[in-house]
Amino acid sequence: MRLLSLLSAFLLLSGCSASWGWYVVNPATPQGYNNLKFMLSGLVYTVQLSATAIAISIVVGLLVALPGLSPNKWLRRMSRTYVELVRAVPILVLILWVYYGLPPVTGITIGVFWAGVIALALSDSAFQAEIFRAGIQSIARGQYEAAYSVSLGYVDTMRYVILPQAIRRILPALGNQLVYMLKMSSLVSVIGMQELTRKANELVVSEYRPLEIYTVLVLEYLVLILIVSAAVRWLERRLQADERG
Amino acid sequence: MDETAAFIRFQGVSKHFDAFQVLKDINLSVQKGERIVICGPSGSGKSTLIRCINGLESYGCGDIFVNGTRVEAAGLAQVRGRVGMVFQQFNLFPHLTVIENLMLGPMRGKGMSQAEAREIAERYLARVRIPEQADKYPRQLSGGQQQRVAIARSLCMEPEIMLFDEPTSALDPEMISEVLDVMAELATTGMTMLVVTHEMGFARRVADRMVFMDFGEIVEVAPPEQFFTAPDSARAQDFLQKILNH
Repeated sequence: MRLLSLLSAFLLLSGCSASWGWYVVNPATPQGYNNLKFMLSGLVYTVQLSATAIAISIVVGLLVALPGLSPNKWLRRMSRTYVELVRAVPILVLILWVYYGLPPVTGITIGVFWAGVIALALSDSAFQAEIFRAGIQSIARGQYEAAYSVSLGYVDTMRYVILPQAIRRILPALGNQLVYMLKMSSLVSVIGMQELTRKANELVVSEYRPLEIYTVLVLEYLVLILIVSAAVRWLERRLQADERG
Repeated sequence: MDETAAFIRFQGVSKHFDAFQVLKDINLSVQKGERIVICGPSGSGKSTLIRCINGLESYGCGDIFVNGTRVEAAGLAQVRGRVGMVFQQFNLFPHLTVIENLMLGPMRGKGMSQAEAREIAERYLARVRIPEQADKYPRQLSGGQQQRVAIARSLCMEPEIMLFDEPTSALDPEMISEVLDVMAELATTGMTMLVVTHEMGFARRVADRMVFMDFGEIVEVAPPEQFFTAPDSARAQDFLQKILNH
């Protein structure tokens, strides 16, 4: 919060300078109000895109991580190959490839939103897989043995014993990925997704005030990410409290 | 002793870790209700031996039968349903409360309803004399209490055989007796027990037979009075001298 007030103080002061033109985003004027409203209308897409993508990437990441921990050499290799290949593709390239490259091959046209979701989820899943692998590997062997000795099978052991503990440990890393995903969603603007960055770009074209508009854009991401961080920390505290009873 | 009627039967079981042989041609039959204490120097294969019974360790050659079922991948679920195990490090589930630790096996392993599982869990928690700790988390308990919860957790599966893998080795001295008392009490119920332990007082009191292992082999099997007063093998004599004379 102190950081925010410092930032706004800085912006207000610099507003005195002749090179700034805050009127474009001044909510007190009808023009500025409409511009801000236009910029904020991208928020829902940014959030939807990131939330959908992270939900999918967590599931895919887990499904990639589990064979990576198998005693079977071939399953481990498949998991490894997926991680190495997907991790090597830049997100922007993946977005372009999914949106422009995939339709001619598959014959299916994918909308901007789903192309963005697929690209982000795919890219992130490789990182999620590594996070899950680290988390699951950190759980002591004895936990599996205890679960097996009370007749739990592999799936129940994972679901009730290993993953609940692993997820508590990887929560900070998952929070990181969520923040990362929110920021990377800005790249989907290049294929025309009407999210925060795209809206700002469009406004810049009509208003020709990049400095002010992009500054607002920076603040939009900042606020969004601070909220997410706070939520992740709250969840961490809650889960820890749970364990302490 | 009737070999074919044995409840647990090891037939020529061997196991290697690369070049190192952990178990060498193990032959052992345990009758229903028998209490066996396994002792021997560290690294002699005691833990590996009992961990083979519920398939936590695989074995290279030979056969192990539990009540007629061969312990192998296919029959593992069936065998594990009958065999409870208590570990040196307790291995309680830290994210679950005591009562949840106890209910997990009955609910997910045996498919009991929550109400049934809770009833069983409360019964066994009372039996290990800590019913008041039901809603605490494992880390809030002392080591002795944690190990008693672990015993109760195994008993909730209503096993026919209980395996104890050095159950008091991780405990502070003042907590050892509370755990041994629970185990001795369990022994009076006719439970088949295989206990790996260095607690020779407990062994003398509870065991029907002592199994002495060294370098992966069973060196000697004898009733406790004979084993402690006049062991046959030089290795057992040497071992007993080391652990009893201090």
